Amino acid sequence: MDHNVPTKNLPTIHDPIARNQIETLAKNAEEFGVELAGMGHPDQGIVHVIGPELGLTQPGKTIVCGDSHTSTHGAFGAIAFGIGTSEVEHVLSTQTLWQNKPKTMEIRVEGELPVGVAAKDIILAIISKFGIGVGTGHIVEFTGEAIHKLSMEERMTICNMSIEAGAKAGLISPDQTTVDYIRGRKHAPQGEKFEEAAAYWLSLASDEDATYDTVRIIQAEEIEPIITWGTNPSMGSGVSNNVPTQADYEDESDKAALRNALAYMGLEEGQPLTSIDIQHVFIGSCTNSRISDLRAAADVIKGRKVHGNVTAIVVPGSYSTKKQAEAEGLDKIFTDAGFEWRETGCSMCLAMNDDVVPAGERCASTSNRNFEGRQGAGSRTHLVSPPMAAAAAIAGHFVDVREFVKETV
Amino acid sequence: MEPINIVNSVITPLDRKNVDTDQIISKEFLKRIERTGFGQYLFYHWRFDAEGNEIKDFVLNKLEFKDSKILVAQDNFGCGSSREHAPWAILDYGFNVVIAPSFADIFHNNCFKNGILPIKLTEAECDEILAKGLEKPYMVEVNLEAQTVTCEDGVVYHFSIDPYYKETLLNGWDEIALTFKYEEQIAAYEAQRIAY
Repeated sequence: MDHNVPTKNLPTIHDPIARNQIETLAKNAEEFGVELAGMGHPDQGIVHVIGPELGLTQPGKTIVCGDSHTSTHGAFGAIAFGIGTSEVEHVLSTQTLWQNKPKTMEIRVEGELPVGVAAKDIILAIISKFGIGVGTGHIVEFTGEAIHKLSMEERMTICNMSIEAGAKAGLISPDQTTVDYIRGRKHAPQGEKFEEAAAYWLSLASDEDATYDTVRIIQAEEIEPIITWGTNPSMGSGVSNNVPTQADYEDESDKAALRNALAYMGLEEGQPLTSIDIQHVFIGSCTNSRISDLRAAADVIKGRKVHGNVTAIVVPGSYSTKKQAEAEGLDKIFTDAGFEWRETGCSMCLAMNDDVVPAGERCASTSNRNFEGRQGAGSRTHLVSPPMAAAAAIAGHFVDVREFVKETV
Repeated sequence: MEPINIVNSVITPLDRKNVDTDQIISKEFLKRIERTGFGQYLFYHWRFDAEGNEIKDFVLNKLEFKDSKILVAQDNFGCGSSREHAPWAILDYGFNVVIAPSFADIFHNNCFKNGILPIKLTEAECDEILAKGLEKPYMVEVNLEAQTVTCEDGVVYHFSIDPYYKETLLNGWDEIALTFKYEEQIAAYEAQRIAY
């Protein structure tokens, strides 16, 4: 539903195959008595945005969904992972899944995060430092001071991209921030029942002396805003760096992967990341379409104009997020600057609907995957945080948002 | 699902690491509600150019691999999206076996649900097979019962596999039917579980 719903000219879906898929889902949900936040429903949105918003995502739950970014819900201390269609069928039939016990991994983010560095930068830094397959076979727990200082929405961004590190799931131990977020939401327990639930949730927190099969550590101080330059999410560097050169790699297959990636991306070895011009900006996706993401982007663009060569869209993660943003006047800030303010959905993250980046053009995107053709055949995706995407929309090329905000005020 | 045990075939050497499911099956082909007919779209943007012409030097387009049932690749095969269309496309195209040093977890699971045997060999072993397969068509015999890959030049590789998945693949068992044998235990567990 969220994957191929259009984000403009609703409620018509022109694509007959997409329409059939959406109608079949609605029909099946009705036949089997499954509540569906379908098109036009006030709760409609990206599944990984509305689950938490509605209070359905809670610590201690086992949450599965036919989408790899189900790891998002791990931010609440739930075990949440993506499954295939056959496994969805198995869950709907039996309420169970066959599983091998996964290994455990701690990824500890030590120290204090520098000002102007976003949760998106933390997870992109982790993936570029440790690699796209580091988490394979593991459930990752993100720990450390820098993680526990994050808001729930920021924690969701981190856990969301656990899959981009190959992890089966990613989670963060529940704490008071978790409990406070859930309180009062539509499907959260109410009154006394909530206090009972909260006590149970907090009892699930990881032990101080917990041990893990694997431990990886990264210093928060060393993280700067990240831009991906290649064709998988581990191919990224801090904004002050250049595109790597073959000399940076020892392994022949890594050199070949670099050559392939740069050929596809139309980039030169050693080129400064800030010299890359962009034509599209996409602020949205289950990684970065929540209210705090929209606020952070709006802060950067307020009073500024989108560069003449850039087409920029904002796709809020849910109707409730969209309404909240409109109540705060964020839509006005975006549209005044020249952004399109769209309806909700997965949109240009995977370009299954009409929101496509044309071949050979470049997009600064707050989504989670920069695979070849992800945003349309021949499209070139650079993954960044919402403030970095917003700054690039104004400048027409990548800039360090921390400097950009200072210089142009 | 079709049982699988012995597969004899020339290998298709896909000498790449981190092959993601977006490449295996591109999103424009995910809107259909059927599970069949995805083979024609396998690796679509690597097989065809923007005009729909075959890209001659892409390995799947080479004649000698047309009837291959065994795909060999490098590390982290099937990473990214959970789309089960990826194994559906691989199977429908004609591959029953994928050999790589490692697989992404979701893709790995999805293979077992569809009668595809994913075999993990070491990186060195995969490099050997890939090198030979790139030089000239290279025949191997996969034997799931014996857990071996026997190559035409007599080299034999052994692989390990979860015994549960081995049984389901060998017998082509439907997992849902298997699980229903535990219906009482499932109900008992559900009854004692706290839910808020």
